[in-house]
Amino acid sequence: MDSLLEDYEEAPAVVVGRKRRRRRRSPATQAALQPLLHLPFLPPQPVSSNEHKLSFKKSKEACLSYIQDALLQKQWKRAAEFLTCYVESLEKDYSREHIGPSEMIWRIGTEILWHHSQSRMKEFSCFMEQMKTLGVKRYLKVCLEHVFHLLCNGQIDEAYQNLSLAESWRFGEQTAIQDKEIKLIQAYRGLLDYCSWSNQKKILLEHGEDGFADLAVEREMHNYFRKAAVNLKEIIKIPGVWDVFVKCYVDLLEFYGEHNEARQVLNEYAYNSKFPANPNAHVYLYQFLKRQGESKKSLISALKILHDIVPSHELMIDFNTMLQKSKKRKKRQMGLEVIFAALDYVGWKENAKAWSCLARQVKQIVISEKHLDWIKQEWNSRKDWWPDFHFSRYLAKRNWQENKSLSHEKALVAGILLGKDCKYFKYVSHQGCKARLKRFRMLKKFVTRHNPVYLRISGPPD
Amino acid sequence: MDEEDTRDFNERCAQCSEVNWGLTDGGRFYCRSCHNVTERAREVVNTDFITNSRVQTISKGLKKQEKNDGGCEWYICEGFQLVLKKQVEALEALGVCPQMKDEILCNFWRCYLQKSKQAYCKRPAGETVKTLSVCESSTDVDSDPERPSLLHLLSLSESEGDLQTDCSFASSVSKVSESTSVYSGSVDGSLYLMKNQKEKLRMTMPMTLSFCYLALLWVREPITLSEFLRFVVEGHIPYMNVFQHFPEKMKLCGLDLKIFCVESWPEYKEVFNKMHELAAFLDLPRFPDITESCFLHPDMLCMKYLMEANLPDELHNWTCRVVKKIGIGEVDFLTLTPGNKSTRKVKYDVLAAAVIVVVLKLLFLLDDHYEWLLSEFAEERNKNNTEGGPYFEFKKWYEVVKHSLDVEQKKLDEEKAKYLWRCEKPLFYSVKNKSKVLKRRQMVVNLQNQFGKLSGSVQRAEKPNPSSFQLSWSEENTDGSCFHGHSLKGVLQEKCGLLTVMNPDYWLCTVKLCNEKLCGHLAHYREVEFPQSYHFVLGLFSFLLRIQPSYIHDEVCMIEHRLFNKKLCKKLKYNTVLRKIKRPKTSSVKPM
Repeated sequence: MDSLLEDYEEAPAVVVGRKRRRRRRSPATQAALQPLLHLPFLPPQPVSSNEHKLSFKKSKEACLSYIQDALLQKQWKRAAEFLTCYVESLEKDYSREHIGPSEMIWRIGTEILWHHSQSRMKEFSCFMEQMKTLGVKRYLKVCLEHVFHLLCNGQIDEAYQNLSLAESWRFGEQTAIQDKEIKLIQAYRGLLDYCSWSNQKKILLEHGEDGFADLAVEREMHNYFRKAAVNLKEIIKIPGVWDVFVKCYVDLLEFYGEHNEARQVLNEYAYNSKFPANPNAHVYLYQFLKRQGESKKSLISALKILHDIVPSHELMIDFNTMLQKSKKRKKRQMGLEVIFAALDYVGWKENAKAWSCLARQVKQIVISEKHLDWIKQEWNSRKDWWPDFHFSRYLAKRNWQENKSLSHEKALVAGILLGKDCKYFKYVSHQGCKARLKRFRMLKKFVTRHNPVYLRISGPPD
Repeated sequence: MDEEDTRDFNERCAQCSEVNWGLTDGGRFYCRSCHNVTERAREVVNTDFITNSRVQTISKGLKKQEKNDGGCEWYICEGFQLVLKKQVEALEALGVCPQMKDEILCNFWRCYLQKSKQAYCKRPAGETVKTLSVCESSTDVDSDPERPSLLHLLSLSESEGDLQTDCSFASSVSKVSESTSVYSGSVDGSLYLMKNQKEKLRMTMPMTLSFCYLALLWVREPITLSEFLRFVVEGHIPYMNVFQHFPEKMKLCGLDLKIFCVESWPEYKEVFNKMHELAAFLDLPRFPDITESCFLHPDMLCMKYLMEANLPDELHNWTCRVVKKIGIGEVDFLTLTPGNKSTRKVKYDVLAAAVIVVVLKLLFLLDDHYEWLLSEFAEERNKNNTEGGPYFEFKKWYEVVKHSLDVEQKKLDEEKAKYLWRCEKPLFYSVKNKSKVLKRRQMVVNLQNQFGKLSGSVQRAEKPNPSSFQLSWSEENTDGSCFHGHSLKGVLQEKCGLLTVMNPDYWLCTVKLCNEKLCGHLAHYREVEFPQSYHFVLGLFSFLLRIQPSYIHDEVCMIEHRLFNKKLCKKLKYNTVLRKIKRPKTSSVKPM
């Protein structure tokens, strides 16, 4: 603040000086308003009173970097050793200074305790309790983290207790500030209620015949349902990625036959623009629609969006199959697009299913001799890299050795797209004929017959 | 003012029947004749009493136990006195001569208190407020040198009773009235920091070390400043958290923390400069002579550092020649004469290290080329000829020393990072956050216990005994890692019956020295501009002395300039004649 004042005091002085000089030289320019000269801020001068803190600070910074090195190398013991010294920085300045290192200690300590071979869950909980008192500003975050670790350790009941405790935490305005965290805590409690519900359901289904037990179990189950549903419903109203909550909530709703609400929830989750783009939202919607036996049209529209977000998604096979079967030309063309796009990704490179989808559709088009332009269109952007990416001699060899049917499908595609002389096709058909496999002979015949197609595909645009 | 305030109070004293009243700092009347304090308090608070906040009061001879937290009244200088006492006791335990405490340091301290007008003096001249009997009591002390006040305190062990202060202490210190005082546990903590004591040398924690070293220097103890500071860092001499040794009744809080809590290690330059300021401030006479038989003489120190740096003993001959040639072994050069501004203050340890560096430069040039050439030559010779001592191989030496240095440096760095700064005694700025501080302290202890268990390392055992040597090389080791006995024959040649250096050239670290008084440095060290061998040697000594390489570099430049003074003058004149052709960074001259 001081430097600010100084700068402003100085600035006009400079300007005044200038004005006077100008006035003497040419009165005409005098009228021109001089812009105020604002001096930029100088970096803070090293003050000797600050220097005395440097050694403590430096030593703790060095300590921190040793901890980080040890963590990266998974030397938990060493990290613990240095953390023992680092915790002192909590006491930094005896009075007022803002506490910086407490979050660091929380995070690092958690990491060490989680990985260290000698640490026990009891100690971990003890540590967490201390961290909760250390910073009210992250109280609920620490609670959540604690719960996660309890869950990972299989201590479901303790986790539930902790969630309930955290939910009832009140600390002045801090409670309001950590509004989002409280929602999360409630949601996780809902999730655990869902788990209990699910267990009860299992019991109920197993002892379906035992009429007496049914009633009590059913009542209890319904109780869990109510508790879970309330909390889960709350969290998924807030824009965010809530896959696990949505899935559980939909499961609950479906079980009790509330399909409309489930559909609404899933639609909201998938299509509300306030929510971040989330492929799973569309997957869940698609799966739900499929379970409900919805029309092809709505299934396709769900997958269309998924295709736009993740062209390499595993559901693209289903999508392609559905589109191929469609009577509409446009849809069939889209199917071709979809399968080509999927095969652009390494993950699909050796997927026989995907290649057979492509082979089937290409074959269909070639036989019907209609819509060769579709292939051409797709091939245009790929012809300079697919041959090396998919159809090298090396891959031909490897595919032949590892998966005959994959190499069959790929050879068909290669033969159509690159002609009968291409390396992949030549190698595979040669090997196939040598092994006297009938389908490879057929393949050779088919490709040779339709060889001119490749010229049309790879030629200049019509 | 007191006269005014007491004018209306005319009762006779119950004890001696006199009417001679003064006011205590609690606002009560006391008898100036018999020091009897009455129950009567002054009722009216007049306005100038408030505006003139610094009211002169007198403190009773005994400690006032007024504070409800069980603390007693104490003054900052008492705190420092305790610190000094602790430090000098530690030094005694390390084996310094027993007179140092009571005869040297104690006198320095008394002298300081007097010169800074904290005790043994009349009222400070600047004070407008007249005091009553205070002056008398302090002159009493002055006139009676046998009075065991301070000396008594220094040698008093805590078990003998409460810390006592006599009037002489408190009298000269004015108390800030409650309304304006900033919170502190001591009586004068706030005043101490506020006072603009330009003419007085204000006591600080690093200053306690200056005091100690000044006393060490006076008795010519065989310890260098760098070594002394290393002992401080290693915890052999109390410095960090020294307040934990304060008696229970001396409560530290508020501004006292700013004075007594240190959060950094003492810095060589600061302690060194303060020491000289102090010597001048105390008007000390010329110190005892540093002669050739003294540990601090460069010839002696060079021997020590040559051993520690694992360099051949033969080099000592050369360091002595350099020392003699430039006269830095003279008594007048070495002996500290306080207040003499014309002479440069000698940093004995840095000087000796720099002499060795210069000798290495004379013999090996350290230009990243010549030393390796010589090393190859020596290696060849050692291969073919096993008779006599081996020739000194720079390369081998570099490898051996570099390895140990890296190991030690790493150890040191880790230790620094692991240093625990806090002590058992919790400190808090104010009572308000006492519970918070205690809670936090408890949590830190808990966490330390928890992670200490996981760290697997046993809690560090007792600290190792202090040692003058950080690196040690023993000739008994047969692995050839000790170079003390190696010969320099490879780098010397005989000329007219004298051994001289084979190397005909020399490069100067700088052509022109800076003005130390204006710029703060003699020279400026930038690592990239110098050969790596040179940097390595500087780094080695900088590790041994725990100071920055640039300090040694400055000293190297100084020695070089003394050494090549004549040649340089000629050269500079020549250069100016040539209208200042752009000079190279370093310039070469022929050695001696």
